[in-house]
Amino acid sequence: MKNSLTESDQSSWYEATARQRVDGLLDPGSFKEFVEPTARQISPHLHLFDLPEAFDDGIVVGWGTMKGREILIAAQEGRFMGGTFGEVHGGKLVGLLRFAARSRSAPRAVLMLLDTGGVRLQEANAGELAVSEIIRAILEARAGGVAVIALIGGRAGAFGGGGIMAACCSRIVVSEHGRLGVTGPEVIETNRGVEEFDSRNRPLVWQVTGGKTRRLLGGADAYAADNIKSFRDAAIRLLDKAPNFDLPTMELEQERLARRLKQFGECDSTTAIWQKMNIAERDRIAELSDAEFDRLAQLQAEANHDAR
Amino acid sequence: MRSLEIHSQAARRVGGNRTYAIVGVVASGNLEVLLERVLDGTACEVIIKTPVEGFEEIWRAVVADFIERYSPGGLKISLNDLGARPDTVSLRLAQGVRLMESGE
Repeated sequence: MKNSLTESDQSSWYEATARQRVDGLLDPGSFKEFVEPTARQISPHLHLFDLPEAFDDGIVVGWGTMKGREILIAAQEGRFMGGTFGEVHGGKLVGLLRFAARSRSAPRAVLMLLDTGGVRLQEANAGELAVSEIIRAILEARAGGVAVIALIGGRAGAFGGGGIMAACCSRIVVSEHGRLGVTGPEVIETNRGVEEFDSRNRPLVWQVTGGKTRRLLGGADAYAADNIKSFRDAAIRLLDKAPNFDLPTMELEQERLARRLKQFGECDSTTAIWQKMNIAERDRIAELSDAEFDRLAQLQAEANHDAR
Repeated sequence: MRSLEIHSQAARRVGGNRTYAIVGVVASGNLEVLLERVLDGTACEVIIKTPVEGFEEIWRAVVADFIERYSPGGLKISLNDLGARPDTVSLRLAQGVRLMESGE
């Protein structure tokens, strides 16, 4: 079902709602939603705090096709309570991932459109439990040969449990707007002071957590321009390229991460890291066009192996 | 949270054959509208939940204007509001009816 009147493939991922992203990614008319909004599976906690509720609790889950291929998909609405994991929100994603992992008839790929600040504070215990169940379900699905691909480019980024989940996925696609981390900039500033991290310094925030940095460092596997078509193209390319999920891969990853820490651990800025990587454009990464940046990222050895 | 229910009759039944549609997001200055084709004849029901106090008259005026313009007979319309302005509310309601009529 189409849910928007004016969307096109070229529309901005950042500006789109979760439902518009799903509609734009999938083949037209192919989406079948699980737990539709008419089921009114709303949060059982928010009304206790006298807070507004959403009919889908801020996440859309379902089944559809992408270039004719069947996939499962989950999309968080980053603008509803920061895309946070509450009890129902988390439960919907757990169900989708367990279906992928355990049903013989389920598609062999899951797209996770993360747009989240992490656990919803008002539902902290249920949210934390959901996060751990989701992580376990991602790993179970991957162990069963399912490709789980994270797409990150919304305003909430992927933080807290959402950042850990992303790191557990087979592949990660980011746009420049996408941010990826565990402890968000405001939280670091609140706990450690503005000297440690100035969350209002937007260039700094993006240099540390932004999509271009994550991609160049190898923390993300593909870079997308900020439009739905670019994310769709990247997801289609990655569907068949899930890395092995086994002990040798994990050991290689550990080895590569240790090497990365040794190489760059002393650097006090991303520019210093780019210098060590001999990137000529190190001072103008932010100004590079999407095409220029994508070319650069593909040339970096650090960015093109299975370890993140 | 305040809630407000408006029961009304439209001039005619809404077109199209979709069973439901959802537009908008529960975000600051915005709202979510869920439209369901579940009522008989030309009845129209609008159920509003909003954290904002004291604008009942404006809600009633916006909904009356919408029902007169778009004639959404047969629809149960549920709104989760988060401080949207009246023009945004009108826009979302119109968007929702257009989707219901689009027949996809």
